Amino acid sequence: MRHLINITDLTPDEIEDLLNLADAMRANPRDWGESQRGRILATLFFEPSTRTRLSFESAMLSLGGGVLGFSSADSSSSAKGESLQDTVRTVSCYADIIAMRHPKEGAPMAAQYTSEVPIINAGDGGHNHPTQTLTDLMTIRREHGHLGDMTIGLCGDLKFGRTVHSLILALIRYPGVRFLLISPPELRLPEYLLNTLRDQGIPFEEHQAMEEALPRLDFLYMTRVQKERFFNEADYVRLKDTYILTPEKLRLASPALRVLHPLPRVNEISTQVDADPRAIYFDQVRNGRYVRMALITRMLEDFA
Amino acid sequence: MNIDSIKRGIVLDHITAGRCMEIYRTLHLDQLECSVALIHNVKSVLMGRKDIIKIDEDIDIDLDVLGYIDPGITVNIIVDGEITEKKHLALPERLENVLTCKNPRCITTSERGLTQVFRLTDPARRIYRCLYCDAEQK
Ligand SMILES: [Zn+2]
Repeated sequence: MRHLINITDLTPDEIEDLLNLADAMRANPRDWGESQRGRILATLFFEPSTRTRLSFESAMLSLGGGVLGFSSADSSSSAKGESLQDTVRTVSCYADIIAMRHPKEGAPMAAQYTSEVPIINAGDGGHNHPTQTLTDLMTIRREHGHLGDMTIGLCGDLKFGRTVHSLILALIRYPGVRFLLISPPELRLPEYLLNTLRDQGIPFEEHQAMEEALPRLDFLYMTRVQKERFFNEADYVRLKDTYILTPEKLRLASPALRVLHPLPRVNEISTQVDADPRAIYFDQVRNGRYVRMALITRMLEDFA
Repeated sequence: MNIDSIKRGIVLDHITAGRCMEIYRTLHLDQLECSVALIHNVKSVLMGRKDIIKIDEDIDIDLDVLGYIDPGITVNIIVDGEITEKKHLALPERLENVLTCKNPRCITTSERGLTQVFRLTDPARRIYRCLYCDAEQK
């Protein structure tokens, strides 16, 4: 039995297979509409995340399966003091597969020891969120034809942005990827990830201004710069506009640029950008459903 | 106990100078019945200065813990006054219940009964990370 805790739990071949299946599902979703009839997905959300939960439920319903679960810790037995491992052991008697979200980092790793069914990590605190990364990879591959041979800009909060960290760890396994890391100095990529890039000889540059990097990018992956990450109000006010994507800044970019964002967005992408054909973050949301359908299918087959 | 020669026991050699007390405490050598000698600041051709610990009994030593604290140590097993085995330590790949995760957001801080597990992720920089949350132990 396999679990998906971290994006690197999947080999590049397995990711390729998942993305092929997801593309096929997106092209003809009805072909899979009955494929998991009688199977149950449990969504165990120990902290609320409506969009992620809906995307898992939509995926399972699109496969003809059923869903059950809870959407916050108050409505789960953990409010009564039950351990995570006991909750998971119990639920794994009621469901064929579990998608879990938990505020504590490493919770799915602990849960897998007592689960009798496959577990998908649907986000553990600021740590991992592998199905977001699969969504990102599917979106990039659909636009670019393959993974690799690209210059990708990662912009915003690179220090705490778990989606950025997972995407980097996924993309460094493909040849020809160059990273332009765009962030204020306070929110630079953590040193251990910079070391990983250096050790593997992967080209990267650090920039503080989006304008410097934009003209050279094939992809721009935007993330939110949260106010509470800054040490003082003055720095936040000084820097926040630097990391907002506007139509004016987009003029500097290639017509072939594609803009991604894991969503939800607050103000880091101006709504005027939405109409630009280079903005594909809502297409990315759509892909999230199909890639989760593919993932649930393969995990229920145990990647056979 | 004669410090120069023991009949049967263990000699921990090539301890980084100044570390012998830490090792004495971590391996709980203070709880042994037998004699234990800590020798501090011995001249060494290889290391300049080193510490040595001699234990007058053949006890089980957690080599993973020892390798984690000081991977340069040589463990000599003595039987009948002769060295019968020499073990060179290395940084262990995995440590169970040796380190405790200090990340307040880690599941090990709230879930009962989890084994603390750390993996060696960067041998060159001697970095261990929590199996659960990937936080680095310094
Ligand atoms: Zn931890």
